[in-house]
Amino acid sequence: MSHDFLQMHLKAVISCLLIFLYKVHTTKAGQFFSSGHTNNWAVLVCTSRFWFNYRHVANTLSVYRSVKRLGIPDSHIVLMLADDMACNYRNPKPATVFSHKNMELNVYGDDVEVDYRGYEVTVENFLRVLTGRLPPSTPRSKRLLSDDRSNILIYLTGHGGNGFLKFQDSEEISNMELADAFEQMWQKRRYNELLFIIDTCQGASMYERFYSPNLMALASSQVGEDSLSHQPDLAIGVHLMDKYTFYLLEFLEEVHPASQANMNDLFKVCPQSQCVSTPGHRTDLFQRDPGSVLITDFFGSVRKVEITKDTINLTSPVEPPIQRSGSGDIQIESLTYVDQLPVAEIIHQKPKQKDWHPPDGFILGLWTLILLVFFQTYGIKHLKHIF
Amino acid sequence: CCQRHPGSVDQFQEELVIRPLHSGDIYASFQFRTLWDTDFLQERQKVSHYRLFPKSLGQVLSKFSVRELHISFTQGFWRTMQWGQPFIPSPPGAELWVWFHDTVSDVDGNWKELTNVLSGIFCASLNFIDLTNTVQPSASFKPLGLGNATDHRFLRYATLPREIVCTENLTPWKKLLPCGSKAGLSVLLKSEKLFHSSFHSQAVHIRPVCQDEQCTSKAWELRQTLNVVFDLYTSGQGKKEWSLFKMFSRTLTEACPLATSSKVYVDITDNPEGELFELSPATPLLSQAVVLGDRRTYSVFDLTRAEMFGQLRSLNLLLRWKGDSGDMLRPLLHAERYVAGFGLQTGEIHTVIYNNHPYRAFPVLLMDSVPWYLQLYIHTLTVTSKSRDNKPSYIHYQPAKDRHRPHLLEMLIQLPPHSMTEVTVQFERALLKWTEYTPDPNHGFYVGSSVVSALVPSMVAMNTNFTQDQPLFSSFVPVKEESSYFVRVYTEPLLVNLPTPDFSMPYNVICLTCTVVAVGYGSFYNLLTRTFQVDEPSLPLAKRLANLIRRIRGVPLLA
Repeated sequence: MSHDFLQMHLKAVISCLLIFLYKVHTTKAGQFFSSGHTNNWAVLVCTSRFWFNYRHVANTLSVYRSVKRLGIPDSHIVLMLADDMACNYRNPKPATVFSHKNMELNVYGDDVEVDYRGYEVTVENFLRVLTGRLPPSTPRSKRLLSDDRSNILIYLTGHGGNGFLKFQDSEEISNMELADAFEQMWQKRRYNELLFIIDTCQGASMYERFYSPNLMALASSQVGEDSLSHQPDLAIGVHLMDKYTFYLLEFLEEVHPASQANMNDLFKVCPQSQCVSTPGHRTDLFQRDPGSVLITDFFGSVRKVEITKDTINLTSPVEPPIQRSGSGDIQIESLTYVDQLPVAEIIHQKPKQKDWHPPDGFILGLWTLILLVFFQTYGIKHLKHIF
Repeated sequence: CCQRHPGSVDQFQEELVIRPLHSGDIYASFQFRTLWDTDFLQERQKVSHYRLFPKSLGQVLSKFSVRELHISFTQGFWRTMQWGQPFIPSPPGAELWVWFHDTVSDVDGNWKELTNVLSGIFCASLNFIDLTNTVQPSASFKPLGLGNATDHRFLRYATLPREIVCTENLTPWKKLLPCGSKAGLSVLLKSEKLFHSSFHSQAVHIRPVCQDEQCTSKAWELRQTLNVVFDLYTSGQGKKEWSLFKMFSRTLTEACPLATSSKVYVDITDNPEGELFELSPATPLLSQAVVLGDRRTYSVFDLTRAEMFGQLRSLNLLLRWKGDSGDMLRPLLHAERYVAGFGLQTGEIHTVIYNNHPYRAFPVLLMDSVPWYLQLYIHTLTVTSKSRDNKPSYIHYQPAKDRHRPHLLEMLIQLPPHSMTEVTVQFERALLKWTEYTPDPNHGFYVGSSVVSALVPSMVAMNTNFTQDQPLFSSFVPVKEESSYFVRVYTEPLLVNLPTPDFSMPYNVICLTCTVVAVGYGSFYNLLTRTFQVDEPSLPLAKRLANLIRRIRGVPLLA
């Protein structure tokens, strides 16, 4: 009797285990398809100019490097650097930007592509990139061509204050403008989910005013606190990185494209003991639980691959282009190069025919005044003496 | 190696010229040429199959009906007096000049869109080129390719002297090469070494050329050139010994498989007996070429031959100096420019052109493009040679229009032999609107380089025949006559300070005005609208107690 009971008990336990495993398996598979995005974009902005703000460019380039390493291609990254540090004349090692002292890691790399550089990094251009309202002649590499299934990572760094971020020491962007820009993006369905990271002083003030759904934000310091820089390099002479981004880079170096690290690990990056400031985050506008959001959902570009065993018939190869009809009739006269400095021709050059423009407003006004005065003094009836 | 595709034939050649300079520096010039026998501007059949020619540039050419395109990005300034003449000159910053086809109706619209598209291709801020810094030269910058009609209405020239060149410009430039940066000479292009140099210039030149010697049909030529001068002290550590590894931190391992010719030329004209420097590995191949008016001898390393690479499968050229080189031959044409004057109101631009030929005089065409905020006083323009007035035989001046057009001044000046010619013009600095200042206005504002174009008398007869096997560095500029060669010299760009306002003044004014209004008006308002009552002062405690007692007694109270 007890033996039967034991057997039944064992069977029950085994079936329970199987059901449990099956459930876990389905949730894992379910999780795989639950993120809902099909492509990844990144907008990385450094807003500071001048050599002593080297660390902000290094911050942005280290996030660029991580994002590229985890799979997002250059065509999907909009990189905006407000000043050139790598080929700056003050840089003792040109074409390099280091993040660790003793020149351990060159985050500039060999195949960097900067889309907006120098004076092009302005508040207007940044907002135009986000909302997509760019002039028609803007090239593709300068556009954020995201759709409603794109996960976008936005990273800002520079000097900031309570409620604003300074662009190039001459203008600011306020947290309200940023929140409105994200709302415009939401209404035009330009993103599926958006991760906003900011590394400035009082960075948490920048995400206080967000009101659009599917936004998650991280900042390096709370309101009233300053974000500090990490370590100077004595050979280069400036501080190389900010503390928050330095530890963020260290964390991201551990992440690889198949990593299962989630957002809760990202929130733990740089606690107060390391960063001196208190990093903050905001997840109330985000639909999913941060524990189920993978780091690679935003930093990487994990492609879903479909394997098929069917054969596909390719269309017939491209026809060679038809021979030019000009080859039939032989051109007798040979073409010549132009004379580079035809002195005689230049000296006797006729002056360029200027296009005729109608007289300018000032001239018209002057003539009207003269005519009016003339007619007032002499009267209309005297006209017949003239004509 | 490569099959010839029927229909359009394209071929690719690459070469590297190494020229040791007298100052101990070394000059390396890369040229990559793709020649394609097709017609982008043909209406009937659109070009859709690109092989060696990059598709991004081909689409740009056909969309904007471009006849010729020249774009260059330069970091540093070419020192003509120490280094001689470069193979392909370029001014500091970015320079773009384009000849459009005569079928174009709106040249300015095409120009604007073309600059935007190129800014995306080359990761540069070329979108800052607009009507305020574009000029239409009337005699300079004649087309370098085939053609007969030269109506200057279809030419546009712009320069951005402030443009920075860094790895982000080199990356897309390398992507245009057929072999990328994986094989052939382009493996040497490593940014950490290339930008740690005195001079770095990368350019793209597209033009129609003769397909063969009879020159009956056109072919499109794309030349990508990269000129770099390595400094003896920063890259060379002070030792007069150069090798490919020291210059580029790489050695050559193979030729580009798509190239029909891949050669390295080393200039050994100053070293005929081997007494100046030693070149290893030694090569029996020698070649002579007439370039820049001089006959030079080169050692040729043909990379398509496998025995070049030896046992280690790598080629590392080594030049070791044994003796001291003598003085350099002075270049025949040289130009300088500087700003004179003091203060922030007026100034004077001086352009000095030197003709170092002992007995021959030749004409030069000087082109100056000055931004509108330096208002030139053309009545103060003087041209003096040997302290005598020298009247130019052709002057074209287009005055600036504020915020619309820059100044354009073109003059054809005859330079007397062995002389210095000075061109001076005074200017006044304008005050810009406060939104027009850059974020760092105290750095100053740049004025683009002047361009001096000349036909300089040559010491040896130039080669006017066009042959297919001419090395690339001697076949860039078409040669029309034997006795002279065409050269273009760029002067330094100028950096002028404009009167800069104090940008904190609006904030200061608002604070001060608000304070004055609040204090002044506020007090006045209070005086007018409030009624005043006299308040009884409160008595001290002793007197209050005394008053209480007095009230009880019925006696008059204290004050």
